[in-house]
Amino acid sequence: MTTEPTPVTMPTPIDRRAWVERVLTGTQRIDRIRQVRESIVLAVLFLAALVSIGTTLGIIYTLAIETFHFFQRVSIVDFLTDTQWTPLFTEKHFGIWPLLTATLVVSAIAMLVALPLGLLAAIGLSEYASPRLGAIVKPILEILAGVPTVVYGYFALLFVTPLLKRFIPQLEVFNALSAGLVMGIMILPLVASLSEDAMRAVPQSLREGAYALGATKLEVVWRVVVPSSLSGIVAAFILAVSRAIGETMIVAIAAGQVPRFTLNPLVAMETMTAYIVQVSLGDTPHGTLEYQTIFAVGTTLFVITMALNLLSYRFLQRFREVYE
Amino acid sequence: MTAERSIDREFEPRLALRRRLGTLFGILSAAAIVIGLTALAVLIADVVRDGWHVLSWDFLTSFPSRRPEQAGIRSALVGTLYLLVLVAIMAFPLGLAAALYLEEFAPKNRLTAIIEVNISNLAAVPSIVYGLLGLGVFVRTFMLGRSLIAGALTLSLLVLPIIIIAAREALRAVPPSIREAGLALGASRWQTVRHFVLPAALPGILTGTILALARAIGETAPLITIGALTYVAFTPKSIFDPFTVLPIQIFNWISRPQPAFHERAAGGIIVLLVVLLVFNGLAIVLRARLQRRIRY
Repeated sequence: MTTEPTPVTMPTPIDRRAWVERVLTGTQRIDRIRQVRESIVLAVLFLAALVSIGTTLGIIYTLAIETFHFFQRVSIVDFLTDTQWTPLFTEKHFGIWPLLTATLVVSAIAMLVALPLGLLAAIGLSEYASPRLGAIVKPILEILAGVPTVVYGYFALLFVTPLLKRFIPQLEVFNALSAGLVMGIMILPLVASLSEDAMRAVPQSLREGAYALGATKLEVVWRVVVPSSLSGIVAAFILAVSRAIGETMIVAIAAGQVPRFTLNPLVAMETMTAYIVQVSLGDTPHGTLEYQTIFAVGTTLFVITMALNLLSYRFLQRFREVYE
Repeated sequence: MTAERSIDREFEPRLALRRRLGTLFGILSAAAIVIGLTALAVLIADVVRDGWHVLSWDFLTSFPSRRPEQAGIRSALVGTLYLLVLVAIMAFPLGLAAALYLEEFAPKNRLTAIIEVNISNLAAVPSIVYGLLGLGVFVRTFMLGRSLIAGALTLSLLVLPIIIIAAREALRAVPPSIREAGLALGASRWQTVRHFVLPAALPGILTGTILALARAIGETAPLITIGALTYVAFTPKSIFDPFTVLPIQIFNWISRPQPAFHERAAGGIIVLLVVLLVFNGLAIVLRARLQRRIRY
């Protein structure tokens, strides 16, 4: 408190009343200053919290306005039904499907790696490993999540692809397979970490109850722990899918830039994110159709990931409600 | 009697088999962890094998070049450093303030709930979407161009949710008794937060911020989207100058066909990983040192 309090002197009975009044008004003044300061601070903090809302609105506004311009020039029916994506060629087609299938193929491969391995790792860390081992292993595993994705791109293109080519000779230099595999490794710690959190939240008494009924460790894990933490695990899985769909640098480097409508993981294909990178690398003036395409693709990406994120959040809320 | 006997007959515990399956499964889950750790080891070994011999003082201090043997990461390193400082200046106070509001002051109402859901959603929005936001708002609408400040603003918004979430966790870890003691002594809510809660939570908040900044250092996609240049043979003089950063320089070298450039990319990756290692180390040390001061 910086404001000096009213000086205190021993009051004579006569001016006791005046003294009390002086103290009271003094306190009131301090209170008022405090209140003003308090509400200014509160307002500033509140505004800072509102920045996040502003960010979301900014994203939606930016995407919406350019996408709107895009759909004034390109029919939305073509966008959703055409199976060719050639906005950078003379003969232009604007079908999102090649980008979408490429995104799905790469994400599916990544999920085939990340989901089983992540879940197994989570079970290992939560149910089998001693706390000390877990304390060592978990941070190391999480380093994987902290490695910049451009590094994974390097790894996929210049290590994994040449390695796979020894076993699959027809593999193209750029392909969905190695991008997907490496992306799976990148996402593994996310799945492991979130699933482990969910499993740790399962009360010990449930495990002990199952053991008392004669269940073995494996049965406790699969019939008690996993089902009890299922909504948390599902939330982790959905978030992992969302992360895979939005991942950019690995696919931009290793999956190629050929928008092909195919499900064959051995050939080059272009994901939605890789297309945005490809256009951004060139000098695309504002207002051109190319410029607007990246926002239309970005909107598609945003809508899909947002839906997944909200779904994941729902699952997470559900599992939290059960045990808290 | 008959019922009991039939249970006896039908029930086969097969305990040995079930235990063996359990052990097998334990091995399987250990294998999953080992695969993850091996991948990390192979990745690092591969990069170091490819790139260690390009590392030299010249590599750090030369500008990029058409000739791979002369190409260095000077502009990228300087750009990363500038960007880092700008992001720290903008994102840390904002993130801290938002976290303080949500954790210490926010009333439990609809708006607060919306802000909370919104922040956890923003944390999961793909980084390239932030790039599109930066391109639309900072580069075009605010006319900042493809400048350092546009990049820093974009990355600040990107790491803001991460800082807020980490800061809130740190604030939540401060026991309520500290707040109650402050209030009981006649301090106002802000005084309590400012003098008691914040110092106690600061190690956690700083650690979270450093980790968020580490994330910003490694980001490539949003900066490419806002149009950060891939070939920059100068260091930016002001915040309105074009710039490049380490991950973009690395991406540029990877995309070239010549293996000599790939070696430069590997060299750049080693530098990038060392920078990140230093940051993570800093976070750990900071947490350990500051935590020693406060004990409950």
